[in-house]
Amino acid sequence: MNRYTRRLTRNKIWLGLSIGAAAFGLFWLALILSTLVWNGISGLSLSVFTQMTPPPGSAGGLLNPIIGSLILTVLAVVIGTPIGIFAGTYMAEYGRYDRLTFLIRFINDILLSAPSIIVGLFVYEILVIPMGHFSGLAGAVALAMIVIPVVVRTTEDMLLLVPNQMREAASALGAPQWFVISRVAYRAARTGMITGVLLAIARISGETAPLLFTALNNQFWSVNLNAPMPSLPVVIFQFALSPYSDWQQLAWTGALIITVAVLGLSMVARALTAKGVGQ
Amino acid sequence: MNAITVRAPTAETPITPITREKITIHDLSFFYGEDKSLKNINLTFHERQVSALIGPSGCGKSTLLRILNRIYALYPNQRAEGEVWLDGENILRPNQDVNLLRAKVGMVFQKPTPFPMTIYENIAFGVRLYEKLSRAEMDDRVQSALTKAALWEEAKDRLNTSALGLSGGQQQRLCIARTIAVKPQVILLDEATSALDPISTAKIEDLIDELKREFTIVIVTHNMQQAARVADRTAFLYLGSLVEEGPTSQMFSNPKDRRTLDYVTGRFG
Repeated sequence: MNRYTRRLTRNKIWLGLSIGAAAFGLFWLALILSTLVWNGISGLSLSVFTQMTPPPGSAGGLLNPIIGSLILTVLAVVIGTPIGIFAGTYMAEYGRYDRLTFLIRFINDILLSAPSIIVGLFVYEILVIPMGHFSGLAGAVALAMIVIPVVVRTTEDMLLLVPNQMREAASALGAPQWFVISRVAYRAARTGMITGVLLAIARISGETAPLLFTALNNQFWSVNLNAPMPSLPVVIFQFALSPYSDWQQLAWTGALIITVAVLGLSMVARALTAKGVGQ
Repeated sequence: MNAITVRAPTAETPITPITREKITIHDLSFFYGEDKSLKNINLTFHERQVSALIGPSGCGKSTLLRILNRIYALYPNQRAEGEVWLDGENILRPNQDVNLLRAKVGMVFQKPTPFPMTIYENIAFGVRLYEKLSRAEMDDRVQSALTKAALWEEAKDRLNTSALGLSGGQQQRLCIARTIAVKPQVILLDEATSALDPISTAKIEDLIDELKREFTIVIVTHNMQQAARVADRTAFLYLGSLVEEGPTSQMFSNPKDRRTLDYVTGRFG
């Protein structure tokens, strides 16, 4: 066997190992997704979107947790996105060479990988205990604290990708710095920044742990931010652990709804990123 | 030895008359951190003339250009010492408003830098900063800037399409148009043709010839033929110092300093 055939053989072995590992990973993913679709789709009907969560044994749907999840997510994004974008802007533009930026980046990275249950406990301490009860507001704040580090990171990264020559060119026309940032740098980084927000939404739409101590849950229709608010992940958690088969069915369906929503968001983010690269 | 052609003074192209001093640099030094990259420069640029800064890489010619609109001030740790007088005002004084200065002293960079917006918006961008024009006035301004930059014919039917769809040479002319539209008095060109093909380069050189009727122009170039073709006066910098300055024809045919001769004849650099 000469060196060439030995090299070919070695290549085949490595290729085989790589394909094997990829297939192994994909197999379980496919199994999870197909189980989810198989079990979730059979419970999917109009009443899921029009009726409240039922007591065990009666018919019902997921309307209140779906609306609750939407409210919590939208509010979290409304609170978290501006803070994240302004912080990321400071780091990439105003304070690029400051020591403070290094400190923020370090802390932000920790926050980015912090277990979300800790965020839930933190908000429990600062909001739920002083208010004396669980509330939708506390849930939204907890989710916002997960949104912020994601948006900070993507905003900073995307702004750092904007070539400095672009800023110099705008400054050379006499534009003040805030104008250079808002009209040129943001525009150049726009698709990446939007993608970051979409990824943050995808991330929080499945979070359960931070909501357990904050928004808690609610069997009834509630849009009151000052009261416990239902959400899909928490309802899934509760129903899936229950011994009642109709609740378990609703949990499967709820999981399918979240998965499809996140899948849709990821596809939009993908499409935007692809468009951004083409620019 | 490179044969460098210099325009001979003829009836059509007489020797450039000496015009008013526009920019006077006095004892100017520049620091990147502790590193002194320009050493006590004294130099004058005249109104409605093209002045070229030449010299080998790292000699400080771009640094000098970047002081004239204080674009260096975007970065920490960069510092200029000395005086730069523009129309009787020292632009290095601490209370100089840099944005007003930059509206007066425009700059075109080595790489074309169109903003990610339409061609029209690229030009209106700088104008809107300092003037409030009606739609019709803005249309006129955009057209005249594009015409002066020799881009109007190519761009007039696609003003509302992205500027990123233009070719490299067109993008660079757009950057020149954008600079002219603000009505500056001085235009700085920092190796503005080095990323372009020969045809685009020729177009921009013709353009520089046109523009000097109206503006004071300072160019930095690596290309000595280019300096010989477009500049009225040329300054040679070496290792952060000004070696020699004079009329372009003299600098290329009969320089006073040995180092200038070596550089313009291609013996080093």
